Amino acid sequence: MLSRVADSIYWMSRYVERAENVARFIDVNLQLMLDDPSGEGQQWLPLVNTTGDQEAFEKRIGKGTQENVIHFLTFDEENPNSILSCVRAARENARTVREIISSEMWLALNKFYLMVNAAADKKSNALTNPHDFFTEVKNANHLFNGISAATMTHGEPWHFFHMGRMLERADKTSRILDVKYFILLRSAQDVGTPFDDIQWAAVLRSASAFEMYRKKHGRISPRAVVEFLLLDREFPRSINFSLTGARDSFHAISGTPLGTFRYPSEKLLGQLCSELSYAAVDEIVNEGLHEYLDDLQTKMNKVGAGIFETFFASKTPKPTKKQTQSQEQRQ
Amino acid sequence: MRFLDYHVDGFFDELFGEDGRPRSSAKTLIRNIECLPDGELLNRQKAAERALLQMGITFNVYGERAGTEKIFPFDLVPRIVPAAEWSRIEKGLKQRITALNLFINDLYHDQKILKDGVIPADIILSSKAFRKQCMGFNPPRGIWCHVTGTDLVRHRDGNIYVLDDNLRCPSGVSYVLENRAVMKSMFPQVFAQSKIRPVANYPSKLRDMLEFLAPDSVTGPRCVLLTPGIYNSAYFEHSFLAQQMGIELVEGRDLVVDDGYVCMRTTKGFERVDVIYRRLDDDFLDPECFRPDSMLGVPGLMEVYKRGNVALANAPGGGVADDKVVYAYVPRIVKYYLGEDIILPNVPTYICSEEKDLKYVVENIGKLVVKAANESGGYGMLVGPHSTKEQQAEFAKKVQENPRNYIAQPTLALSRVPTLVDSHFEGRHVDLRPYILYGKEIFVMPGGLTRVALKKGSLVVNSSQGGGSKDTWVLADAPLTESDTSLETKTPGALAGAAA
Repeated sequence: MLSRVADSIYWMSRYVERAENVARFIDVNLQLMLDDPSGEGQQWLPLVNTTGDQEAFEKRIGKGTQENVIHFLTFDEENPNSILSCVRAARENARTVREIISSEMWLALNKFYLMVNAAADKKSNALTNPHDFFTEVKNANHLFNGISAATMTHGEPWHFFHMGRMLERADKTSRILDVKYFILLRSAQDVGTPFDDIQWAAVLRSASAFEMYRKKHGRISPRAVVEFLLLDREFPRSINFSLTGARDSFHAISGTPLGTFRYPSEKLLGQLCSELSYAAVDEIVNEGLHEYLDDLQTKMNKVGAGIFETFFASKTPKPTKKQTQSQEQRQ
Repeated sequence: MRFLDYHVDGFFDELFGEDGRPRSSAKTLIRNIECLPDGELLNRQKAAERALLQMGITFNVYGERAGTEKIFPFDLVPRIVPAAEWSRIEKGLKQRITALNLFINDLYHDQKILKDGVIPADIILSSKAFRKQCMGFNPPRGIWCHVTGTDLVRHRDGNIYVLDDNLRCPSGVSYVLENRAVMKSMFPQVFAQSKIRPVANYPSKLRDMLEFLAPDSVTGPRCVLLTPGIYNSAYFEHSFLAQQMGIELVEGRDLVVDDGYVCMRTTKGFERVDVIYRRLDDDFLDPECFRPDSMLGVPGLMEVYKRGNVALANAPGGGVADDKVVYAYVPRIVKYYLGEDIILPNVPTYICSEEKDLKYVVENIGKLVVKAANESGGYGMLVGPHSTKEQQAEFAKKVQENPRNYIAQPTLALSRVPTLVDSHFEGRHVDLRPYILYGKEIFVMPGGLTRVALKKGSLVVNSSQGGGSKDTWVLADAPLTESDTSLETKTPGALAGAAA
């Protein structure tokens, strides 16, 4: 398939998944704040930190109030990681590959775009009840993914689609875990209290993981929550599960047998998967969850950059943009 | 919905006779519409527009914010063409395309027609679209104009005239196919009761034509559609046609010349391309041969083409016959090459480079439609009766400065079709663009794009100037033939490329 087309499909998929995950971030924080009886722990800036956009936010927006942060992350056209920007970028990519994806996929994505666009209109009151809007965004992504899986041939284009989605999801689950880390920093005195349990439960809910977690681990414990979201082999939003999925699609594209590699990014991705498979949660927590996640994010970014070099880069070298914490499509 | 208040207002109406009664071809449709409850047609119209927006069937408007998309307004009342009239149109179009193809070929070889003085040589040699780079070239299978979208109009006198030969990259065929799909879902009962010739096999015919152009040595040729990219006004169409034909949609940057062949950059390296349906003007095709500043083309493409290692449709250079001054000579071109009288007449045309005509045009500019020779899409044109004195003076000046670049025609009273305006019907002016494919044989799509000027009294139907479209129903007089109804034509190899 054309390199340009592979690039567009990969990013279309990443941006749709990103839009959903931004909705999840905000939703988890909303839930956390609602559960804060004192109201003292109102913290919204950590959300901006986790998407890596704090510099732009401080420069352009300033104060980290709930309203400012939510607007920045949902409808701000100048923020490339806002839900609106993500859905637009996904649709622009889809427009360039309409003849490759199924018409049903295009229709679903275009409706998603029209919905978010209408919500972003000043006259709309989508944010008076933000939870409903975020649920709509999540469902639109589920619908898009379901339609894609059921209507697109699972050949090379689909594997680029799947690889993009799984890498994005792994990255964002790591950031959802990080949200809790930033809040923990501010409220160390709460550790081990019932309030702490409530917070961890909210983190699980934001990854749609609460019920599945209960079935497996029962009681809420920070250690088990981290294990579940980071290392679980079967839960579809865990980092381990997502990276394994991305790796399988990578091998389907390259044709290299599992356990071996042909490209540097294939090697790095394989190593990451092995690392997660053999990791013990106690070691991670003892050495520092935030540091661990930070390192993981850096490596995932390297995998992304490697995929670009291997499959999308055109033969004539082009100057590349500065790498930000949150990856973006190169033009 | 009733047509009680509908008046033809002295124009030729495609659905109603002068006496105000439906034409026999339109009776079934009119009866069905009149049976609809009040407001139902308007609801259907809105449902159709919503469907078009959700499907993203849009075009980009130049001159507005980059990437501004609009749906191409669509009116539910179709134009209907009776079988006998269509068969004359079809014959006329085939005659015209055959002659134009011979004409282009002659211009790039012996130029007999110029030597015989049928057309003044300087008209051709001064044309922007005459490509010296193509002199002496023999395109694959001898075909220059593979895809044509001829614009036809009907005047008050009831006759059909050719207004424009679009030989370069005519667009709009995707709307024909989408409009038909919408109409079938809106009026299934009318389709069941009428014999309307289907248009759905156009993409298969187009693909067959492209594969026919591939070099003989190639089995299962790879065809691609070359687009300028998503900001082109016809991008939706490019993508739609590629999808319907099952071929790759490529941009210039996806293609590269490697070792004497055109290849596309894929995730697995370079892969060879045999036929390119290009929707890019000659100027931009190859910076090494035409405009050196083109970012959209493929450097070295023309070299490969001239060596016969890749086919291009439409052939570069063919646009020379699509010049509005050359147009005026088409009846003479038909006579010269085929020895026949032209079946579909031209609109009478004043050639401003001829002194007598120039004088007439300048004196009567308020009555005429004046067009620049090399513009399309309704740009660079003046509709005399609908313009101000200042505009007329400005245009007259332009014409006198560069007469070679202008022609003028009397303002036609274009025929009308009832059109839904708010919740009643009014007559609106239309034209018709059928699509013609020149491959192994000449195929005329039964139907075409009926464009409608939605503004009251307006004669400009271009989508960029407030026009919309309607479905076009060509009626069959005999039971539909197999070639009408079979979606796939049975050419061996038609599917081979799909597997590659």
